[in-house]
Amino acid sequence: MIRYSALSLLRQGFAGHGGWPRAWRDADPRPDYDVVIVGGGGHGLATAYYLARNHGIKRIAVLEKGWLGGGSVGRNTTIVRSNYLLDANAAFYEHGMKLWTRLSRDLNYNVMFSQRGVLNLAHTDAQMEAFARRGNAMRLNGIDAEVLDVPAIKQLAPLLDTSAEARFPIVGGLIQPRAGTARHDAVAWGYARAASALGVDIIQRCEVTEILRDTKGAITGVETTRGRIRAEKIGLCVAGQTSRLAAMVDLPLPLETHLLQAMVTEPVKPCLDTVVTSGAAHCYISQTDKGELVFGGDLDGYPSYAQRGETPLVEHVCAAAVSLFPAFSRLRLMRTWGGVMDMSMDGSPIIDRTPVPGLYLNAGWCYGGFKATPAAGWCLAHTIAHDAPHDLVKPFALDRFARGATLDEKGAGPTPALH
Amino acid sequence: MMLIPCPWCGPRPRVDFSYGGPDPADHPRPADDAPLEAWTRYVYERDTPKGSARELWRHAAGCRQWFVVERDTVTHEVAGSHPLPGAPRPVGEDL
Repeated sequence: MIRYSALSLLRQGFAGHGGWPRAWRDADPRPDYDVVIVGGGGHGLATAYYLARNHGIKRIAVLEKGWLGGGSVGRNTTIVRSNYLLDANAAFYEHGMKLWTRLSRDLNYNVMFSQRGVLNLAHTDAQMEAFARRGNAMRLNGIDAEVLDVPAIKQLAPLLDTSAEARFPIVGGLIQPRAGTARHDAVAWGYARAASALGVDIIQRCEVTEILRDTKGAITGVETTRGRIRAEKIGLCVAGQTSRLAAMVDLPLPLETHLLQAMVTEPVKPCLDTVVTSGAAHCYISQTDKGELVFGGDLDGYPSYAQRGETPLVEHVCAAAVSLFPAFSRLRLMRTWGGVMDMSMDGSPIIDRTPVPGLYLNAGWCYGGFKATPAAGWCLAHTIAHDAPHDLVKPFALDRFARGATLDEKGAGPTPALH
Repeated sequence: MMLIPCPWCGPRPRVDFSYGGPDPADHPRPADDAPLEAWTRYVYERDTPKGSARELWRHAAGCRQWFVVERDTVTHEVAGSHPLPGAPRPVGEDL
């Protein structure tokens, strides 16, 4: 592997850029490993990287049924934030935020982390009160938060319709200035390259068809479309498919698989240098470095594994975006796409051991899996290496539902589509 | 868009309806004094089938009846629907 630097760029530049090696090894499966991670997305690759780097585990495989980064890590809207109300979520995502700020250096790969701020818009006084409460909770947890009035919002995003005549008049907002966006594909490739350099085998087109156990029920390996692979520890990082894999070991989970869509417009000159979200209008918007405006919205609202959505939701998101930014009404949509995710019963994730010895769970990320990539990998790696949950994810235990210790940010109750 | 056949109103676009969980026949409510595990299973755990599924839907922007839809969660193909036990009989059925 060549270390990426100004010097190596210069050297390769003089040599016509013909000498760059592949970023990571497309490995063939070996018969046995110490740890097998199922899922070659952001979380799986981050887990493998931290297992190798933080815990010195040598023989690690990441199994991906499709191609690297082709699932939710390549389908999200790239937002990174830690603006949570509940202490457990705040501590976990803030740990992630700190990993994000040095991730490009850690991985020697530019993940284009841009701390452009994430602004939540309030359209009612009651929402403003809730934002002030959350902002205060964030500051008590050492996380940056500022309540903004309308003139401050107008200055931050001049194209936003802040007039009283707006379809959903804006009364204020809450911003986390350190939040922002990162290049999602670069996150997947950066972790893949760094993990591969530490000896992790990344195995594509390798779908798990069976989870193997001994007579006592402990994990012994997996059967895959590329043969049997032995391992005593398996980590599941398969957003949207977790329930299917858990069903192989008869483990019912507090999850539903739902469909979320996103879309981009044609590229335009820089016009929005922060992330704007409106929970009331069901829309979040940012501008990519290429100039496209990225829109995301709500779930389609029913269980689905389709990875493609329906047009009414696209129309709804665009209507919301145009009501917030009337200037965007003449842009054309370039692409829309969908991804599937584990919606959990309280809107918070699960990172834990399971009742099956050797099987570890990383699931239930709802809308928020992308921003959690470094912290989830970090904590799952610890949980696997020590066979005990990392302190930060003890509140994300699988048995919290039975104990009544749910982490429900919105107070929406056990209806996954509402989180 | 999916067309969902409401047993009372006929086929209507999906946006008329809201999803309400698994078919109660597959996911029955436990007895009031059932053990905690049974209630945890009922309130929190879901089978999340991939492929053919039986689900509870409501004609929210129509007759507001709850009923069961048989639907494929991969292709979004709707195979059929039927009323819940004890519901009023759909129009057109023999009285």
